[in-house]
Amino acid sequence: MPKDTGIGASTKRREDVRFLTGVGNYTDDVNIYGQAYVHFLRSDVAHGRIKNIDTSAASGMPGVVRIFTGADFEGVGGIPCGWQITDRHGNPMQEPAHPVLAQGKVRHVGDPIAAIVAETLEEARDAAEAIELDIEELPAVVDMKAAVADGATKVHDDLENNLCYDWGFVEENREAVDKAIKEAAHVTTLELVNNRLVANPMEPRVAVGDYNRADDMSTLYTTSQNPHVIRLLMGAFVLGIPEHKLRVVAPDVGGGFGTKIFHYAEEAFCTFAARQLKRAVKWTSSRSEAFMSDAHGRDHVTKIELALDKDNNFTAIRTETYANMGAYLSTFAPSVPTWLHGTLMAGNYKTPLIYVNVKAVFTNTVPVDAYRGAGRPEATFQLERVVDKAARELGVDPVALRRQNFITEFPYSTPVAVEYDTGDYDATMDKLQEIADFAGFEARRKESEKRGKLRGLGINCYIEACGIAPSNLVGQLGARAGLYESATVRVNATGGITVMTGSHSHGQGHETSFPQVVAEMLGIDASMVEIVHGDTANTPMGMGTYGSRSIAVGGSAMVRATEKIINKAKKIASHLLEASEADIELKDGQFTVAGTDKSVAWGDVTLAAYVPHNYPLEDIEPGLEETAFYDPANFTYPSGAYACEVEVDPETGKVTVERFAAADDFGNIINPMIVSGQVHGGIAQGVGQALLENCAYDENGQLLSASYMDYAMPRADDVPFYQVDHSCQTPCTHNPLGVKGCGEAGAIGSPPAVINAVIDALHSGGHTHVEHINMPATPARVWAAMQK
Amino acid sequence: MTKVSMTVNGKSVSGEVEGRTLLVNFLRNDLRLTGTHVGCDTSQCGACVVHVNGEAVKACTMFAAEADGAEVSTIEGAANPDGSLNAIQQAFQDHHGLQCGFCTPGMVMSAAALLKENPKPSEHEIRSYLQGNICRCTGYHNIIKAIMAASGQDVEQIAAE
Repeated sequence: MPKDTGIGASTKRREDVRFLTGVGNYTDDVNIYGQAYVHFLRSDVAHGRIKNIDTSAASGMPGVVRIFTGADFEGVGGIPCGWQITDRHGNPMQEPAHPVLAQGKVRHVGDPIAAIVAETLEEARDAAEAIELDIEELPAVVDMKAAVADGATKVHDDLENNLCYDWGFVEENREAVDKAIKEAAHVTTLELVNNRLVANPMEPRVAVGDYNRADDMSTLYTTSQNPHVIRLLMGAFVLGIPEHKLRVVAPDVGGGFGTKIFHYAEEAFCTFAARQLKRAVKWTSSRSEAFMSDAHGRDHVTKIELALDKDNNFTAIRTETYANMGAYLSTFAPSVPTWLHGTLMAGNYKTPLIYVNVKAVFTNTVPVDAYRGAGRPEATFQLERVVDKAARELGVDPVALRRQNFITEFPYSTPVAVEYDTGDYDATMDKLQEIADFAGFEARRKESEKRGKLRGLGINCYIEACGIAPSNLVGQLGARAGLYESATVRVNATGGITVMTGSHSHGQGHETSFPQVVAEMLGIDASMVEIVHGDTANTPMGMGTYGSRSIAVGGSAMVRATEKIINKAKKIASHLLEASEADIELKDGQFTVAGTDKSVAWGDVTLAAYVPHNYPLEDIEPGLEETAFYDPANFTYPSGAYACEVEVDPETGKVTVERFAAADDFGNIINPMIVSGQVHGGIAQGVGQALLENCAYDENGQLLSASYMDYAMPRADDVPFYQVDHSCQTPCTHNPLGVKGCGEAGAIGSPPAVINAVIDALHSGGHTHVEHINMPATPARVWAAMQK
Repeated sequence: MTKVSMTVNGKSVSGEVEGRTLLVNFLRNDLRLTGTHVGCDTSQCGACVVHVNGEAVKACTMFAAEADGAEVSTIEGAANPDGSLNAIQQAFQDHHGLQCGFCTPGMVMSAAALLKENPKPSEHEIRSYLQGNICRCTGYHNIIKAIMAASGQDVEQIAAE
């Protein structure tokens, strides 16, 4: 029986009402009395030396308040990078300066050169056109392999070359892996591209900086997934404002998908300018501006080799990846192709030897950082493509080959430094075969053939590491931050509860699902619990929402704080009931003395905490408010199996997704409705990556796909209804809720299923020479591949 | 500056606008009706859909001056007179047809326009109609389901939650 309340119930979302009636409060809805508007004049060349910026004419234009350039930021810190990678030889990565406004050179199309603050946005834009720029254009570095060739133009003159780092993992295994591949009965090799994407949350980024002279307090309203992280990075590293003088608010945020994790120059600018001008300064990105200033995602070029013995057991994996960093290091960019990618290269398989090499490269393109899945989709795509190719080369069933190599005993320590706590990969594969109706596939293929279409079935597995992360571990790996989460549970005098969480909801529905947990623990109605998030002024220091970490880490912090509440409330109840604390039980919002009919209601205990007339003041303090910081003991490891069925039109190469099924193991689930929604959205983004989306640059570093006219977002008619199932549940063993996280699975698990299906369709049509098609598998690419 | 007057959600309003002022900016900045959103600058995303004289319009593609004298309705006027969610809004909540909520006002206004001209649209008809409304969160599954439910169709058989 489905539950209708508490943990496991598909409770309808309470936040929906404000969004459905137009009274949400997004950052662009924030307007401060007397605010000025800023427009950024951005580079239209990929690489150039700034010879002169003449703002004299523009400064006299109507409404102009002040024009800022890079010179105004001499002595101000640059945008920091939050993760340092150590290379194969033990040296730190090359880390370039990243000024708020360009200094000396522009390094990508969209690099901000000047900021025009005016009374209206229109006046700021008009004045920007009157700024005279003298920029000496330099050769652009776009292709990654060319960027690291001898004699390549340097993106950063003061660095040795364009190689950020050359990372090897696990370096000690390198020779053993080489040997295993040399001695293998069969080696399958695949070269592929993981295409550059743009996250494209529907709400463009916005920043409103405000300054209050009365208390010397700066406030930044921003479209962020993690306001505390922005406060720390911007306050400590850029502007030199201590945290108690800086408030960061991320109100309703219209989607993030990773690209709103990072600290951006525009946030620092608006905060800085508000202090300089003693008035609020607002910036709202246009979509075109978003394409050239939001951090991009993916952009890997990879060669993977899979070695098998004569019985088709996987014996070794070797990969070499070029990962694009873009022109500067975005906040977590260095971690994505390394620790979030290399550590997942074992996938669901017991391959004993793995070596991952990653060369991170600077180019004259927009910085690249985490996008939904961040490193894990790149790992999954190459692994699941090469396994599929191996099955085809060996003439074995792709499901059987996977099953034969599945990890089946847990906990399992991979050769790439992580320990999977639980999982059951056969169970999710069984479930997938059922919900995707593998049995009916041949009939559907014949039906497609009758209509002249080629039908293909693609499957794959995935594993991901979520719930980032044990702070001491990530510290060793180069993180310049802790990755715990926090919650304060404030029980009010009349029994209602306010939970202040460091997690941030930008579509995930925390305002609904978090109260389900607290309500279940206390036996009260979820409507008595309110969630506060997104404001550093009224939430404890938290690390925010990304990496599918909210319920696994933020939820665990909330559980720990609620446990403290229960402990203290029991002490109060034992006093009121004149019973031993050990005998007090809490059920359905009532404290009872075990084995008696004596009880006291939740509300009586909470009132006593704040009106402590009859209260054990000598033993405990008044009040009922507790805070917990939770630092996870391990990552969590959601896993699953996905299947995609496509039809290919052999005349045009057009691919349509006919069916899509996902069987996931997320451990325990708080709100199944919300979980399904997360998977749906991830699948659409994965299908988008596989068939539609591509962020394209020409050889001069011009961004060719800078609007929705050129960047193909998945639309309603590009996708089918999805079959999703999350009934296979192996609970996480190391967090109190047994949860694993579900936010990224869909985007991780779906691209290989789609491409495997396309290849299967082409082979069914006799195009057996086609070994791979790079994403997006556009009609032009598919048609060309069929032509041999 | 030009004076414009129009009826918005049943109320007469007027204001001074530049010739280049878009209807969406007049609604958001002058009238402070911030439920209508701007998600792109090429009339592709549909977050700004409102109704002008009963027709769905992308408010980023119309000058405020062009709406002079028109009847405009926005998401803020969509609920039932007693303030409860209308059938489409309720179906979006019931079927989890929204996540971050940013595209939602445009989706609801487009869905209303669709159901006005086609009271029982098929899945295919809904997907085709919504080509001009981009959602990045939901993968569309639950939006399609919600619109089918709002039009009185049985959606129980549609795959999983």
